[in-house]
Amino acid sequence: MSTLDSLTLTRIPAQDEALRVEVRAFLTEAMHDIPAHIRARSWSGYSTEFSRKLGRKGWLGITLPVEYGGGGRSAFARYVLVEEFLNFGAPVGSHWIADRQSAPLILKYGTEAQKQFYIPRVCTGEAFFCIGMSEPNAGSDLASVKTRALPNDKGFLLNGQKIWTTNAHNSQYMIALVRTSGTPEDRHKGLSQVIVDLSLPGVTVRPIEDLSGDSHFCEVFFDSVQLGMDALIGAEGQGWGQVTAELAYERSGPERLFSSIVLFDQWLDYVRTPQGRTDSAQQLAGKVLTQLAPLRAMSVSVQEKLTQGASPVVEAALVKELGTTLEQMIPAAIAEDLFSRDSEDLPVELLMTLKYVTEASPSFSLRGGTRDILRGMIARGLGLR
Amino acid sequence: MTKNDNDNDMFTDAARDVLVDQCTPAVVRAIEKNDGNSDSTIALWQQLEATGLADALLSEDDGGAGLGLSQVFGILEQCGAHALPLPLGETMVARALLAQGGLARPAGSIALARGEHLVSGEIRCTMVRSGQVATNVLVQAGGEWHLLSTQDAQWTPQALALDAALAWSTAKVQDAPRVLLEAPCDVRTLQAAVVAAQIGGALSSVFQRTLQYANERQQFGRPIGKFQAIQHQLAVMSEHVFAARMAAQLGCSGAGVWPDRLRVAIAKARCSEAALVVSELAHAIHGAIGFTQEYDLQLFTRRLHAWRQTAGSEAYWYGVAGAALLNDTSLTLDLVRSITDVEFLA
Repeated sequence: MSTLDSLTLTRIPAQDEALRVEVRAFLTEAMHDIPAHIRARSWSGYSTEFSRKLGRKGWLGITLPVEYGGGGRSAFARYVLVEEFLNFGAPVGSHWIADRQSAPLILKYGTEAQKQFYIPRVCTGEAFFCIGMSEPNAGSDLASVKTRALPNDKGFLLNGQKIWTTNAHNSQYMIALVRTSGTPEDRHKGLSQVIVDLSLPGVTVRPIEDLSGDSHFCEVFFDSVQLGMDALIGAEGQGWGQVTAELAYERSGPERLFSSIVLFDQWLDYVRTPQGRTDSAQQLAGKVLTQLAPLRAMSVSVQEKLTQGASPVVEAALVKELGTTLEQMIPAAIAEDLFSRDSEDLPVELLMTLKYVTEASPSFSLRGGTRDILRGMIARGLGLR
Repeated sequence: MTKNDNDNDMFTDAARDVLVDQCTPAVVRAIEKNDGNSDSTIALWQQLEATGLADALLSEDDGGAGLGLSQVFGILEQCGAHALPLPLGETMVARALLAQGGLARPAGSIALARGEHLVSGEIRCTMVRSGQVATNVLVQAGGEWHLLSTQDAQWTPQALALDAALAWSTAKVQDAPRVLLEAPCDVRTLQAAVVAAQIGGALSSVFQRTLQYANERQQFGRPIGKFQAIQHQLAVMSEHVFAARMAAQLGCSGAGVWPDRLRVAIAKARCSEAALVVSELAHAIHGAIGFTQEYDLQLFTRRLHAWRQTAGSEAYWYGVAGAALLNDTSLTLDLVRSITDVEFLA
């Protein structure tokens, strides 16, 4: 079966791996005093100051061309950076989407003027982006978006609403999927991507508190927001194709394996102590490693395919499905282990970290496409639909 | 970066060709039915021997192909994909070890087993996988390795058709060659690397067959593969097949014949987990026909269970992997990297 036996073991090239030493030294210092339950927020945690510090290090936009202020390095260089950020629980949420998706999208589809304006700002941490996809009645069924950018003599007049937009309240710009022609019945046709400056009149951003008490996603309202001609990114009517091309990048990266890793490492620290060590905890540690190591090999292998210009959409969906299953298994299994013990004299910091990850874990298989949507994509890749 | 050596593909192709022709479902059934004592066993082994595959891990000076474990991964996978009931993979490994120990290779197939020395000088193996079809057994008993003939053994049946408990008298042990090996890991680890790769191959076969069945079997006026519930079960199967195959590659990633014990732990545990899930889902999708002797699915799913039970189930290897993690003090990421960043790419 061509898809399933298409992945072979791959190594991250030595020149990219070499970056790890420097990043590790920086993070060891920078994250030293931050408690685990804060670090566990991973790419949901954010700090403008931290992002700009990374920008000064040359670690934002590392894959982007040097002439636009990027690092001119390979996708594997970014892979190494991101793997380190996530495993240390660095607050990378501010620049996460701009660095992973928006700037590469602008590089691929943008005009020269758009590239020169946005990309250098992403690389310094001045411009953060969010992605406006979901709407109240367009979630998994994304093609039914209703937000409309009506072409007029100045550009586009934007009306409508986005929801579940991660980090909108902390971003300067949104890349929104909107209808520029036709009606919702036209489905994929007539959709375009536009860049919205969130400081424009008529834009209202309202954070939504999640069940853990954090606010990382938002509702965004557009009330007759006048966009310029240069707001369109890529071709008018090609938004759907542009959006789906982004998804393989979004689904197979380290962020689909390591969302619970700060908790796991914190738990291991306890299990390594004389009072923490039990046979069943050792078994659980082994079970997690058994899941994680092959997934990391798969993720690196998908990255290699992306680097070669392939579009391994099904493989990426497989990685995300398995990866988020593991991310959700970790807090559930750690809770079972800790409270299988007779004593409840457990480290409070560990329990606070467990609390946060337990509460955050439903989102792991929602963001980036729900479990059922991904299974449907895999089935399509298998030729079943 | 990734290297696809044409020679390796050539060996995989040779294995596939001979197994498609010679290891047919009818032959597998015949070998199982007669507890291994059949002309079918002899004939199939002769066909396999004629390809030279069993010598692939021997150096070219010893008449082999000079390959390492990672380069024969495809052959091992093919053994599983065709439900081969003979120990070709174990024989490949055993012959390479015998050569390292300075012994000429004996005729016939070689099983791998753990044994114990009794005070009287006898050696007893309570569980020899393929003990009824192998010509010899390479036994690790304590720190010693012995090459013992199955013909010289007293045998009693084991639970699975082709396995046996074997015992050798003091005299037979003294007559048999000792194999002097600098062994970096135990025989169970070696066997687990081989079996994990076989599970990987069998998983692919089971998945392919189930996918095909779902596309062909019509109920309610359409192929059952058109139903979302079945599609999602097949998606889950594919995830496990995909991950297990990657893990099995890690288990066989060495340049020489000796695998890395931690990588084997990951490989055998992950493949054993997948063996259970994938066979459950395959039977769920096939319905009653898959539960019959006549239908070939059982040749693979029974083997998946048998191989899960060979050389340590997932729980045995969780213990090994967990100990490695607890004895380490750095980030989990660093141990994961040391497992997945293989030094030698086949």
